[in-house]
Amino acid sequence: MDNYSLKTIMNKPERLAPGHRMCAGCGATIAVRAVLRGLNEGDRAVIGNATGCLEVSSFMYPYTAWEDSYIHNAFENAGATLSGVETAYKALKKRGRLPENETFKFITFGGDGGTYDIGFQSLSGAMERGHDMVYVCYDNGAYMNTGIQRSSATPMYADTTTTPVGKVSNGKMQSRKDIANIMAEHHIPYVAQTTFTQDFKDIHKKSHKAIYTEGAAFLNIMAPCPRGWRYETSEIMDICKLAIETCYWPLFEVENGEWRLTYEPKKKLPIEDFLKKQGRFKHLFKKGNEDLIAQFQEEVDRRWEELKCKCN
Amino acid sequence: MDMKERMSGNEAVSYAIKQINPDVMPAFPITPSTEIPQMISTYIANGEIDTEFIPVESEHSAMSAAIGAQAAGARSLTATSSAGLALMWEELLLAASNRLPLVLALVNRTLSGPININCDHSDGMGARDTGWIQIYAENNQEAYDNFIQAYPIAEHEGVHLPVMICQDGFITSHAVENIELLDDKKVKKFVGEYKPEEYLLNPGNPVAVGPYSVSNYAMEAKKNQEIALENSKAVILEVAKNFKKISGRSYGLFEEYKTKDADYIMLIMGSAAGTAKQAVSELRAKGMKVGVLKLRVFRPFPAEEIAEALKGCKTVAIMDRCESYNGNGGPLGSEVTSALFRNKVMIETVNYIYGLAGRDFTVDEAKAIFKELEEQDVSGRKVEQYKYIGLRT
Repeated sequence: MDNYSLKTIMNKPERLAPGHRMCAGCGATIAVRAVLRGLNEGDRAVIGNATGCLEVSSFMYPYTAWEDSYIHNAFENAGATLSGVETAYKALKKRGRLPENETFKFITFGGDGGTYDIGFQSLSGAMERGHDMVYVCYDNGAYMNTGIQRSSATPMYADTTTTPVGKVSNGKMQSRKDIANIMAEHHIPYVAQTTFTQDFKDIHKKSHKAIYTEGAAFLNIMAPCPRGWRYETSEIMDICKLAIETCYWPLFEVENGEWRLTYEPKKKLPIEDFLKKQGRFKHLFKKGNEDLIAQFQEEVDRRWEELKCKCN
Repeated sequence: MDMKERMSGNEAVSYAIKQINPDVMPAFPITPSTEIPQMISTYIANGEIDTEFIPVESEHSAMSAAIGAQAAGARSLTATSSAGLALMWEELLLAASNRLPLVLALVNRTLSGPININCDHSDGMGARDTGWIQIYAENNQEAYDNFIQAYPIAEHEGVHLPVMICQDGFITSHAVENIELLDDKKVKKFVGEYKPEEYLLNPGNPVAVGPYSVSNYAMEAKKNQEIALENSKAVILEVAKNFKKISGRSYGLFEEYKTKDADYIMLIMGSAAGTAKQAVSELRAKGMKVGVLKLRVFRPFPAEEIAEALKGCKTVAIMDRCESYNGNGGPLGSEVTSALFRNKVMIETVNYIYGLAGRDFTVDEAKAIFKELEEQDVSGRKVEQYKYIGLRT
């Protein structure tokens, strides 16, 4: 892994074929392709998927974009469904019904709705039982498939269709749930938070590690949604960079209980830099709303200090 | 070697599972089916079987994991009751529509509320339109025999549907009765190996399960599923025929007890059929021509066969151990009368609701029902078409 080369990994065969129906510039498919590049060539995989944009746009009968075996069951049970698949693998291996030299890996994808909210119990159960699988949350911070409703991953003050900004509303009133922390508290072997960086090294390394760590692993990937966040699709890499540099979305991993920052900004940027590029926070920049931004900054700072504390 | 034993219904089903040794069993405890996952876990803990047990955190996850395991190519099952089945409801539909031949041991218990742990059929009836085959047992022997027949029915190439094997909570699940158990080898041979055609863990042949389907395709998927359910009727009978060869015990879509010359027939499902048969024996001794039609297969619903079996009688008492809150009767009441009408069998019917939430159903009550049918017929006494029996006064 130390001889990481963007060119080499980008030349690996794609395991999510083009031609699916996801939006141009969607963060979810970038996340999926990055995670699947973490698989060693020659290893097979079964991919799970909670209901959401990714599922309804990538497997529309009679076409599938998935090169590997794939199962979508429902919205709230990607964790449980894949734990059944992984257990079947154990049973079939044990009983000699699969060739000994065949290796299957188990990766399931869910949006923040399917992960933080409706699928939370199923995810928690699967992680606690220690199935040898990776649960990947592509976190775009709202229920995008149904049209940008708030989730418990939605940041404070975001304008969504169920927390609309209005005469007496400044958007979502609560700050987001810290799912990576909650998963780490399950004491599973590997948890990481990542997003897209210029060289894709962080997400690649973490995906590979998650897939090849024995036992349950969880990846939380910030996957911006141009429709929901309201920014120009071409700006996705800038948005991700600002999320990292403002410490809104810190990059870290928790390996067997050891917390580690995988990137620390030299100079933490003010949260405005991240917020102002997105239409969902436009109202925060109206005159008189300065205190809202200050509150947002305070929460980012608090969580960043807490994280640094864990990582030291 | 076949052997005679004494067992409860839960023990009997667990014993059948042990003999089959399925690949994967996810389960979550709920009264009165809890003993089944407990017993399977004990068999595993003692090395008697090597089924992979998944101690899931809910019934929804139990059915979700069973679906995942079955789609992956493993023979799977779970067990539940009441609220557990209700929590699985969405997943029941997915198991059937994905055409996965998994099996569920249902120990019938009433649905809340009020919360109550005892038997009625509201859980099974609540899942009656989920696309599952449903087979009901009168006693522990039938629960055992039905379970052994479940996989050959579910996995049949013309079916590929999940099967629910139902027995009455406590009355059957916990009462210890005599039972005849089949030899292990016989059971293994009868059930055979699971050989799916397409499955997730088929190296080099990836498959995608659970598509989004637009209106151009979804309707055909639903129709094909319906055809499979219709096909299952013949398969259930064929499997029963083969089962008779190894057990000597006969099963059909329903059992007819002294119905051939009967004026009045009680159509009933589950353990109360035994009570009804006792009433019939006592009334027959006094010269009354009465009989029992005990429904075994509720899904697919044997409408034509029931109409044919009832056409010679004057009145049928349709016994529902479930209220369906439609203001017009219970589920069996609705389906049986519709079967009679569609097949032009214009006999009298009375739909009785009995035994809800574990309320006792006695031989005296069954006898009183037959007498009521006779009075209605002979003296023209008006009887409500839909009524409760056994209510407190």
